[in-house]
Amino acid sequence: MSEIKKFMYVNRRAPYGTIYAWESLEVVLIGAAFEQDVSLAFIDDGVYQLTKGQDTSGIDMKNFSPTYSALGDYEVNKIYVEKESLEERGLTLDDLQHLVWEDEDDDWAEKDSIRLVSRAEMADVLAGQDILFNF
Amino acid sequence: MSMLHIVNKSPYERNSLAAAVGHMTDGDTLLLIEDGVYAAIKGGAAAGNLEGKTVSVLGADLAARGIGVDKLVDGVSVVDYGGFVDLVEATDKSQSWL
Repeated sequence: MSEIKKFMYVNRRAPYGTIYAWESLEVVLIGAAFEQDVSLAFIDDGVYQLTKGQDTSGIDMKNFSPTYSALGDYEVNKIYVEKESLEERGLTLDDLQHLVWEDEDDDWAEKDSIRLVSRAEMADVLAGQDILFNF
Repeated sequence: MSMLHIVNKSPYERNSLAAAVGHMTDGDTLLLIEDGVYAAIKGGAAAGNLEGKTVSVLGADLAARGIGVDKLVDGVSVVDYGGFVDLVEATDKSQSWL
């Protein structure tokens, strides 16, 4: 079990309307303890999970969006967001949280976690993984 | 006879919005709630469905999803839960496009 595998969590659902987004986040955090090479993909309605300024006080549900900003501390710092998915929904990168991580090999420099990729690039990213978890 | 058409699903995942809009007649109102609110984002591929329609969006569901009122299609009105009740009361029937 010493071999490091490339794990990718593929998120395609909006938050709050269903439990998928939250469940995915829980599994990512659990999985982070196993020291694998973890990436996240946000495709289709999954891009809605990362919008900034979420305030669930009016709908009696837990706002789990602040948790995404903690992912960098768990060495989950490869977050792929599909450009076409954002555009189709009238969104841009500016509508999303600014997610960062600190690179210990570079004097703890703060670096962006989000990588905006095209649909074609996302296909390549998916193809390059060992294991895909779908939410 | 007027009808309140309620949509709670993302237009990018289900066809509920298209079904609702396709069945609207003059005097009807469309109310977007839960994941249905994503339809009201300006510049989105689904926004064209709202053209020429009387549309309300539930504010609490917009806020939960981080969608500012400035992101919405022009002419859409944001309502609170009381406004939801007012719409139900003001129309003859409600139809939820689940």
